[in-house]
Amino acid sequence: MNWLNALFGRQEPTSRDIAKNRLQLVLVQDRVNMSPQLVQTLKDELIAVISKYVEIDAENMEVTFTQSKRQSRLTADIPVIGARAER
Amino acid sequence: MGDKMSGTIITITSGKGGVGKTTATANVSTALALQGKQVVAIDADIGLRNLDVVMGLENRIVYDLVHVVEGACRLRQAMIKDKRLDGLYLIPAAQSRDKSAVSAQDMITICEQLRADFDFILIDSPAGIEQGFKNAVAPADHVIVITTPEVSAVRDADRIIGLIEADEKGPARLIVNRLRPDMIERGDMLDTTDVIDVLAIDLLGVVPDDESIIVSTNRGVPAVMENNSRAGQAFRNIAGRLLGQDIPLMEIEAPTSWLHRIGKLMRRP
Repeated sequence: MNWLNALFGRQEPTSRDIAKNRLQLVLVQDRVNMSPQLVQTLKDELIAVISKYVEIDAENMEVTFTQSKRQSRLTADIPVIGARAER
Repeated sequence: MGDKMSGTIITITSGKGGVGKTTATANVSTALALQGKQVVAIDADIGLRNLDVVMGLENRIVYDLVHVVEGACRLRQAMIKDKRLDGLYLIPAAQSRDKSAVSAQDMITICEQLRADFDFILIDSPAGIEQGFKNAVAPADHVIVITTPEVSAVRDADRIIGLIEADEKGPARLIVNRLRPDMIERGDMLDTTDVIDVLAIDLLGVVPDDESIIVSTNRGVPAVMENNSRAGQAFRNIAGRLLGQDIPLMEIEAPTSWLHRIGKLMRRP
């Protein structure tokens, strides 16, 4: 149905889109040399450390590697619920 | 060879094999010589030599890079003069040896000697990230990374770009080889912008997929010698950019069908 896609604009992502997407994800892992499992471990340990000081919403926490040029950046977005009661 | 020069040493590498390192080295070297430069191309792929056949000089080899390293001949004796062009030379790799026959320091010593007599020294790197790659990059002033618009080749290019930067040989510049406009048009191939987005390095050139490369390799005459080869033109453009000429990127366009044109009109906001 290529000609229909050509006529109406296709809905499905193209294999080109998929390739770019997959590359971006795999290169983030390659560049920091971390598997998804290791990122999960990092996330768990972050939760443990930060929870000692403030109460956080671990469910909605986001830990991501982003790229700007060839520089990798680790971004953690952690919703804080409140201060720990007892210190 | 006249006055003392101070040539530029450029290594062409890729990580993945089979993406066009040797073809690019042969064509860019030949194109630079066509512009009147003194050029020597070195095949650093010890044990798997190929630059000689691509340049059509395989029958004239007496000595090779390993002979020079081992002192079995003088550097001059291993330099094969091109049949067609003045100012173009090849130093072939040894075919019956392995990477360990040459060290990074050997490559630096040889290239520094050549710098005095040539405008450009181009090194055809072996694939991979091991010793052969390190030897090829060690003497370089500039590194060119070549890739095709495929996931595996781009991933390996990224790895090699990281190693080049760690080696303080960066920033590398990129050639995207074997682009197929028809496939890009229908969304089945990464285009140059995608590859540059992902790799985040400067683009040196784009080369269309072109049957004339296979024909010219069959004959042992680099495509830049053929006026009507699209890929040959792309490599001549790359050589021009290395000489500091301001040459726009080659338009890589698909033959558009009437349906595509109507489709584009209909999608216009």
